[in-house]
Amino acid sequence: MIQIENLKKTYQTSTAVEALRGISVQIEDGDIFGIIGLSGAGKSTLLRCIALLETPTEGRILIDGKDISSLRGRELTQHRKQIGVIFQGYHLLMQRTVFANVAFPLEIAGAGKAEIQQRVTELLELVDLADKADSYPSQLSGGQRQRVAIARALANNPQVLLCDEPTSALDSFTTKSILDLLQDINRKLGVTIIIITHEIGVVKQICNRVAVIEAGLFAEQGTAADILAAPQSIAAKQLIGIGGAL
Amino acid sequence: MAGFFAKYAPLLLKGLEETLYMTLLSTLLSYLLGLPLGVLIYATKEGGIHPHRCIHRVLSWVINTIRSIPFIILVIALAPVSKLIAGTSIGPNSSVFALVVAAAPFVARMVESTLEEMDIGVIEAAKTMGATDLQIVTKVLLPESVPSLVRGLSISAITLIGYSAMAGAVGAGGLGDIAVRYGVHRYQEKVMYLTVLLIVGIVQIIQSSFNLAARQIDKKNR
Repeated sequence: MIQIENLKKTYQTSTAVEALRGISVQIEDGDIFGIIGLSGAGKSTLLRCIALLETPTEGRILIDGKDISSLRGRELTQHRKQIGVIFQGYHLLMQRTVFANVAFPLEIAGAGKAEIQQRVTELLELVDLADKADSYPSQLSGGQRQRVAIARALANNPQVLLCDEPTSALDSFTTKSILDLLQDINRKLGVTIIIITHEIGVVKQICNRVAVIEAGLFAEQGTAADILAAPQSIAAKQLIGIGGAL
Repeated sequence: MAGFFAKYAPLLLKGLEETLYMTLLSTLLSYLLGLPLGVLIYATKEGGIHPHRCIHRVLSWVINTIRSIPFIILVIALAPVSKLIAGTSIGPNSSVFALVVAAAPFVARMVESTLEEMDIGVIEAAKTMGATDLQIVTKVLLPESVPSLVRGLSISAITLIGYSAMAGAVGAGGLGDIAVRYGVHRYQEKVMYLTVLLIVGIVQIIQSSFNLAARQIDKKNR
């Protein structure tokens, strides 16, 4: 279970920018949790805090009761392995083959050759790319690259898969296949999935719960079914496309 | 014409050999020093993978200072130290120290700017997988930059050919020495032009072979 308690993040530039102004949420094990909002709402900052790439200014992030937001050094490095992250831009290693990309997190965790061979083969089968093991990312389509990124993010058996706009660079057909894969992973492996997106279609297709973020705060949160059927906040209505220009 | 070549061929060959020797050895040593320095200055910058203001500032200052001294002055200023290290003040070995002192900061900046081109997202992705700073350097930054580093290597080597010719003018031998002695002091322009042709040839070969190598290695644009 992931608990986020009153999370705040202020960036100190010439003026202080409050990107997150007190986010609280509880994400249960096995959820596919959507965080939806328009550009500038604070989505990316929230993702970066959960991914432990950014230290919150205030508040805590607890995984199974343990505060991970204040970790430093070696402990931080270790805990990052609990959270797999995939990005809109894939961020694969372009000079490595598909196999070597998926092997990367295992290598840095100090896994042996035989273990890597077995695990990577398994993961590539899971994402349906077994035949592309020796290809380079530049030879793959966007959807295939995202599959490699998913396999890579799952290599260390994370509890949580954090997805940053995972389908925003993909066409609608490929989007559906990636979302199907995420759902499949959620069911098969029991991995909790958090998806950050601006596309309401993503929430409709796979999320069981959703939070709408606006101006650094959650405007509303609840089950996807409820919010899609009867959005309360203006932000949610705008995203769903009812209420027009409010 | 044949007589001319027969007369000067041994001289030019020796010069060529000395130039290649100086360039090769000093390029190698400059990278041994400049590559880690370049990584360090990249990593320690503000917002880098391991920010450290003090190290970054000192390194940056030293590199800028050395780079602002014209090479011909540097080689003369370092002559006493060079002599101490090489045991002689003439011949190719005498210039290697000065060449490395001049080229290592150049290489460091070259490496730094190569690493700057790297997509920050890839580094962050590695971080989320639990990579340590050292692992990021050895498994992400450097391997992903190899094609660009190879291109940078050719630029450094060619710069060092130029430097070695200047060092030649103050006693280090090589093609630069021949060009100055024959072309300037003895008015034998033909010999000078031949040395120029040889240097042009070396530069062309280095540039095109390194470009080819970089293209071969690079998996990014297939």
